[in-house]
Amino acid sequence: MLTIADHQFESRLFTGTGKFATAQTMLDAVGASESQLVTLAVKRLDLNTGSDNILKPLIDSGVKLLPNTAGARNVKEALFAAHLSREMLGTNWIKLEIHPDPKYLMPDPIETLEAARILCEQGYVVLPYVHADPVLCRRLEEVGCAAVMPLGSPIGSNQGLASEPFLKIIIEQAKVPVIVDAGIGAPSQATHAMELGADAVLVNTAIASSRDPVTMGRCFAQAVNTGRQAYIAGLGAVSHQAHNTSPLTGFLND
Amino acid sequence: MSFVDVFKKLSRSELKLRLYSSTAADVECAMQKPSGDVDSLLALLSPAAEPFLEQMAQQAVALTRQRFGASIGMYIPLYLSNLCANECDYCGFTMSNKIKRKTLTDSEIKDEMRSIKSMGYDSILLVSGEHESKVGVPYFKQVLPLITEQFSHVAMEVQPLEEQDYRELVAEGLDAVMLYQETYNPVTYSEHHTRGKKKDFGYRLESPDRVARAGVDKIGLGVLLGLDDWRLDALLMGHHLDYMEKTYWRSRYSISLPRLRPCTGGVTPKVELTDKGLVQMICAFRLFNQQLEISLSTRETPKLRDNLFTLGVTNVSAGSSTQPGGYVEPNTELDQFEISDERSPQVVANAMLERGLNPVWKDWESGW
Repeated sequence: MLTIADHQFESRLFTGTGKFATAQTMLDAVGASESQLVTLAVKRLDLNTGSDNILKPLIDSGVKLLPNTAGARNVKEALFAAHLSREMLGTNWIKLEIHPDPKYLMPDPIETLEAARILCEQGYVVLPYVHADPVLCRRLEEVGCAAVMPLGSPIGSNQGLASEPFLKIIIEQAKVPVIVDAGIGAPSQATHAMELGADAVLVNTAIASSRDPVTMGRCFAQAVNTGRQAYIAGLGAVSHQAHNTSPLTGFLND
Repeated sequence: MSFVDVFKKLSRSELKLRLYSSTAADVECAMQKPSGDVDSLLALLSPAAEPFLEQMAQQAVALTRQRFGASIGMYIPLYLSNLCANECDYCGFTMSNKIKRKTLTDSEIKDEMRSIKSMGYDSILLVSGEHESKVGVPYFKQVLPLITEQFSHVAMEVQPLEEQDYRELVAEGLDAVMLYQETYNPVTYSEHHTRGKKKDFGYRLESPDRVARAGVDKIGLGVLLGLDDWRLDALLMGHHLDYMEKTYWRSRYSISLPRLRPCTGGVTPKVELTDKGLVQMICAFRLFNQQLEISLSTRETPKLRDNLFTLGVTNVSAGSSTQPGGYVEPNTELDQFEISDERSPQVVANAMLERGLNPVWKDWESGW
């Protein structure tokens, strides 16, 4: 079981709601993925009706909603989105995304840290989306974030774990769950992230842009579970040298 | 929140059971896992890891050279005082021991420093017995400016202090604090610490938290190997280290692995840690933590030390005296414990050079 703040998850696959052809496909894919945490953009919520065509079915499905601040370019906009989502959805969980760069949607570390600090003080459960920066992740932990969400590669790129060396450091050091977010494009990449010791992965584009999102959702569920089990079981030894001599500890037999 | 809260949640009996029931497969898995996994440390410290010692050593050396290169930091202790207000049955400074007591004056400190500087040292470890009223913060604040004039790196191994005290000493130039728990078994701890403030297990256990919060650059943890089951003590020190590194990540960390040595009125080790066990411990910690500094004192024999230099240790003392004033006027009557490697620093340095290692005498500038 994965625990974030006061909530427990059986599934370590988190999914998104963007880029699907239809709301029904999204719901079916989320169902097949067995994901229990689904992120959705606050900017997509209809302020007039308090809903849109995906919100009610999602709520009815029983998954936990993780509103995100996608589209926010600075602290002020992110705080506005967070306050709005708390009011509309009645949740204090927020996936903090601040990316002033419209081309690659690279997260802004300075604005993110400051927004995280304020939101934690205000009682939010903050899950910040960040570059795979080990120092930034530690500082986000310090201000009270419930998890960190470093990227594997640019959002929607399906490039996989381009940031692997830094993800390893983050995973080694973190006291809060590490959720690899963005860039995971294939189930095998999700497995690899889990084998490295990530606590969960968030996948959206790879499922939504697949020819068959429902099957792909199911594949990711299996992949994440396999990676997690492999991590727990412990990977077998990889050896690059023979071990038939004792040059370093031979003195103990003298 | 301090390590005391974490410690309370750890079950000694469960950890011990897991240590002694680890299998070869557990060890093989642990050697593949990324560093920083305390469950892997458990397997690497277990009896099941003994057949893997050479493989662990190969990995440990590669990791050490990758992180630290061929450099070995040289340091030397300066014993400021052997006054002590504690009763600890393994230590020559224990309160009831009828030995001559001495606290160095400013002038004697200067003489000692002159002698130490002539050996080439620039990194110094200030040591004292634990006597708060006579060798307390005012004394340390008085002597630190003298020391920092001469040495670019200053560490302390004295009684635990309050956070504010550490802050004031940092302002005077203190760079590192070594504070050893001795044993992580509260029952054994109380058997060996029968009188004085040191008797308070919990206060000592949360001391590294205070040191870190005060902004001390480097923090040393350690256990006195022989007081209790060394595998379990080492594992709990690993948990402590893990907590400290994750909570106070701006600090550097070192460990020291002193084996219980004969001393005036001292106890016989309850559990013997063999040379093989010591090597296993060093390798296990290196695989667990690649950035960790590992200190080796003169308690060990020259032959063993020469072999350990190449095996993952990063900081070494040589030419040490464990008595106040001992560099100018040697007098073994005042020693804290017996030294095994009595070679001069230069001879030890030459032994390192012969093994392709580089003794580094200066490696710190606190102004940066």
